[in-house]
Amino acid sequence: MLTELVPVDRRRFMQCLAWAGTGLLWAARGGLLSSTALGEAAAAGDFTFAQISDTHVGFAGKANANAAGTLADSIAAINALEPRPAFVIHTGDLTHGQKAGAFDMLAESLKAVRTERIFYVPGEHDVFLDGGKEYLARHGRGTLGGGWQSFDYHGVHFVGLVNVLTYKAGVGGALGAEQLEWLRQDLEARGPSTPVVVFTHVPLWAVYPAWGWTTADGAAAIAMLRRFGSVTVLNGHIHQVFQKVDGSVTFHSARSTAFPQPAPGAAPTPGPMTVEAGELRRLLGVREVRYTESPAQLAIVERPLA
Amino acid sequence: MRPITWTVTLAAALALFTGGADAAPPPEARVSISQFRFQPAEISIAAGGTVTWVNGDAEEHTVTATDRSYTSPGLEEEETFSHRFTAPGTYRYFCALHPHMTATVVVVK
Repeated sequence: MLTELVPVDRRRFMQCLAWAGTGLLWAARGGLLSSTALGEAAAAGDFTFAQISDTHVGFAGKANANAAGTLADSIAAINALEPRPAFVIHTGDLTHGQKAGAFDMLAESLKAVRTERIFYVPGEHDVFLDGGKEYLARHGRGTLGGGWQSFDYHGVHFVGLVNVLTYKAGVGGALGAEQLEWLRQDLEARGPSTPVVVFTHVPLWAVYPAWGWTTADGAAAIAMLRRFGSVTVLNGHIHQVFQKVDGSVTFHSARSTAFPQPAPGAAPTPGPMTVEAGELRRLLGVREVRYTESPAQLAIVERPLA
Repeated sequence: MRPITWTVTLAAALALFTGGADAAPPPEARVSISQFRFQPAEISIAAGGTVTWVNGDAEEHTVTATDRSYTSPGLEEEETFSHRFTAPGTYRYFCALHPHMTATVVVVK
């Protein structure tokens, strides 16, 4: 589902959209859309990574009787990507309700992913019982504070933010002062031409606050990112593809591998959405992100299971 | 038993139990979690009484004290959680997964 796109060359965009399933990449940079056919020679600095999100290991509800199967299929989809992704980013809700053994089961499943490394940020399901203790024991290596981190790859600066450790009565996703100060210092040394990719669980921008689909102090982080020429924000939490372009910042929410959720306001509540059997696999999947060095741009390709 | 006799008997029993015109809060109470809301949002219970929550949503919810003094695990659909309240007071709680869901237990002596 696409919303609030900058209406530049809309006809061409709709053509690109129709072809997306057959391997045409579309890229948005500064509000301008361009397309590249797959198979064009990759330059040395180019790379691909994959995003997987909301695996909810332990989920066994009506919306998907075989979440373990759709997880396995999602891993197969990542392994089918050409070229092989340099790394994978998991944008949270690894487990469903921190169920006993769920972190172990996911780790076991993800051993099948053919990639160098997997980076994680937690979702609220991963931290609500113990404030993140179990999550950090497993995935906190190399991170700071509540699990935030940054790294550079081929000149692209990646930032993982944690916005699920501030939950209390009446207050949902937020980054907090300590993390925002870390982010300010982390970005300070980077020049505005450095492409930046931010990954986090809850959408940084207000997709639908009534359902908790927002980060209370997300605007403060976005303000720090505005001076960069290319910023891509990847998140999970809402179990559907949802995009927004705001100047040089593009936001992309991802599908879950476990169950879909309704579009904002399309149902009374955001709970797991049960759909026709044939429809489910279209609504689950992973995402491929390709970075090309020249011109520097990121192309997002959604990879649904069907 | 004829209906009128039964009603009088019940009223007498209630009067004995409550000791007067104002009904005391019950020793047990049930809260339903439904449509992402705790229903009722405020419930009264006698000190020493137990509240039982039942999750009627397909989504997982928790019952978590705002001061974190107690919490349920994640409750799947139809799962229940009970907590005994010993001291009088007003106790706010929320769902740790959907924190805009808030409610109150009022514990009366």
